[in-house]
Amino acid sequence: MKKLSEIASILRSKNAGPLFITFDIMFSDKSSFEKVMQSGAINKKVIAQEYEVNPKEVEIIPYDIVNSIKVTIPRKCISGSLNDMDIYGCQQQVPIANIIIP
Amino acid sequence: MKIVALNGLLGYGYSQEALERVKKMKIDYFGVDAGSSDPGPFYLGNGTSFTNRSAVKRDLELVLPHTILNKIPFIIGTAGGSGANVHVNWLLGIIKEIMNEQKITCNIAIIQTEVTKNYVIEKIRENKVIDLSPNLQLSEEVVKNCNRIVSQIGIDPFLEALDSPKIDIILAGRACDTAIYAAPAIKAGYDPGLAFHMAKIMECGALCSVPMSASDIMIAEIEQDSFVLEPANMNRKCNVERVAAHTMYEQNNPYFIYEPDGVVDLRESYYEQITDRSVRVKNSKFQEAKDKTLKIEGTKLEGYRTITIAGINDPLTIKNIDMMFSEVKKFVVENMINRILPDEFNISLKKYGEVLPGNISSDIPQCSLGIIIDVVAKTQDLANTICALARARMLHQDFEGRKTTAGNLAFPYSPSDIICGPVYTFGIYHLVKAENLGETAKISYMKVGE
Repeated sequence: MKKLSEIASILRSKNAGPLFITFDIMFSDKSSFEKVMQSGAINKKVIAQEYEVNPKEVEIIPYDIVNSIKVTIPRKCISGSLNDMDIYGCQQQVPIANIIIP
Repeated sequence: MKIVALNGLLGYGYSQEALERVKKMKIDYFGVDAGSSDPGPFYLGNGTSFTNRSAVKRDLELVLPHTILNKIPFIIGTAGGSGANVHVNWLLGIIKEIMNEQKITCNIAIIQTEVTKNYVIEKIRENKVIDLSPNLQLSEEVVKNCNRIVSQIGIDPFLEALDSPKIDIILAGRACDTAIYAAPAIKAGYDPGLAFHMAKIMECGALCSVPMSASDIMIAEIEQDSFVLEPANMNRKCNVERVAAHTMYEQNNPYFIYEPDGVVDLRESYYEQITDRSVRVKNSKFQEAKDKTLKIEGTKLEGYRTITIAGINDPLTIKNIDMMFSEVKKFVVENMINRILPDEFNISLKKYGEVLPGNISSDIPQCSLGIIIDVVAKTQDLANTICALARARMLHQDFEGRKTTAGNLAFPYSPSDIICGPVYTFGIYHLVKAENLGETAKISYMKVGE
């Protein structure tokens, strides 16, 4: 059992336009990527819970050419709205980083 | 056809040595992306640029004399950071200054992309608006409250501007960053799938190289069935992994690039290392959309902001912070009764350094907490008043067991309250269906210099 952040080589969040946050989870080798994918730990339900969004609005896309997983969610606070605390959305990765991979 | 991207954002700088190398090559087009919505809604709303004027001028004045004297068109998208008319004029002013100082003349095609409120209202009435997020809905009332609206153009207006001979510079308002580099390639008859994919990677400058940097020059060469990317700076290299990974960056989906005209399908894209510094890409496919769309962005004035920044070191005060702030809010509302309505201001508390649930089991946190009391109100004067009231009350707010009765807040500054000025938010960030993708663009031509 390890945290996702201990397995991934890059684990970053970024705004994709002002309405979405996108997470890039990259692995340095195919076996780590496949292990995480096969574990099923990165799923819509978990992401939706962590970020308090509707599971239907969560996109999870494996991008195997570079051993990566992309996750995209809508921003609850859109960029620059009064309660927003991260305009570029580049510090939103922690809940994903803490997901335990069995 | 060889195209150069000056860098990932005009004003971010680039290596002069790399530019000198590029100047010796035969280049067909230069381009640069000059803006982004990433820094938030303020800049579109306020009509100012998030880029620095001196840095923008530096980036242009080193390269423009070369491109103009050698008759290489230079294409600029999203002028002035946000691409409204005021931003285009700001950048035009910088170009005029350079032309006058260097005693050269040039022909500029200016593409304005601002739209009127009526344009958007018509689209709503014709049922031609598409929401991008459930968290931002559009109504006629929202449109009426917007102070500035731009449309993000695709390649069409660029293709029209490229038609006119002897154009030295195309200066466009809000534009897709891909359009800057895809337009000349598509104009020359190259495959649009390859042209858009090439443009999507190079619009970030040398960000897809190793070491990565948006502050450097990228060279792309497009051919019949492929394109090749190579950083201009000899200290950088492109490799297959970086180039392939770049299509993930700040995109919702790594397999598709959405354009006003259609979508680029990258599922079959093939990446090949051809020298130790360059990568060839093949098989990116363009599919034309049935419904063509333009993205529109509009901002509204939300009010004026005043903030107070403070630190709290006392563990018991930190434990009571949320209760204290709710008391402060109650106090402010009561104090201002019959003077302002509750919907004329917004007061919130932003906390930094808060111990997050699950991190530490201790009931009382053992670290300091940074707070911002954040007030946005309908006038600056009102924001100042509410912030002053809230700050004073927060400083002395009582709570059970309090021992620190001299004050709750450690202010780093005098004055403690900081006036931040107008606050804008995005009211519009939507797609509209458009039969003619040039319908929002106004193109004019002028000669500048001497």
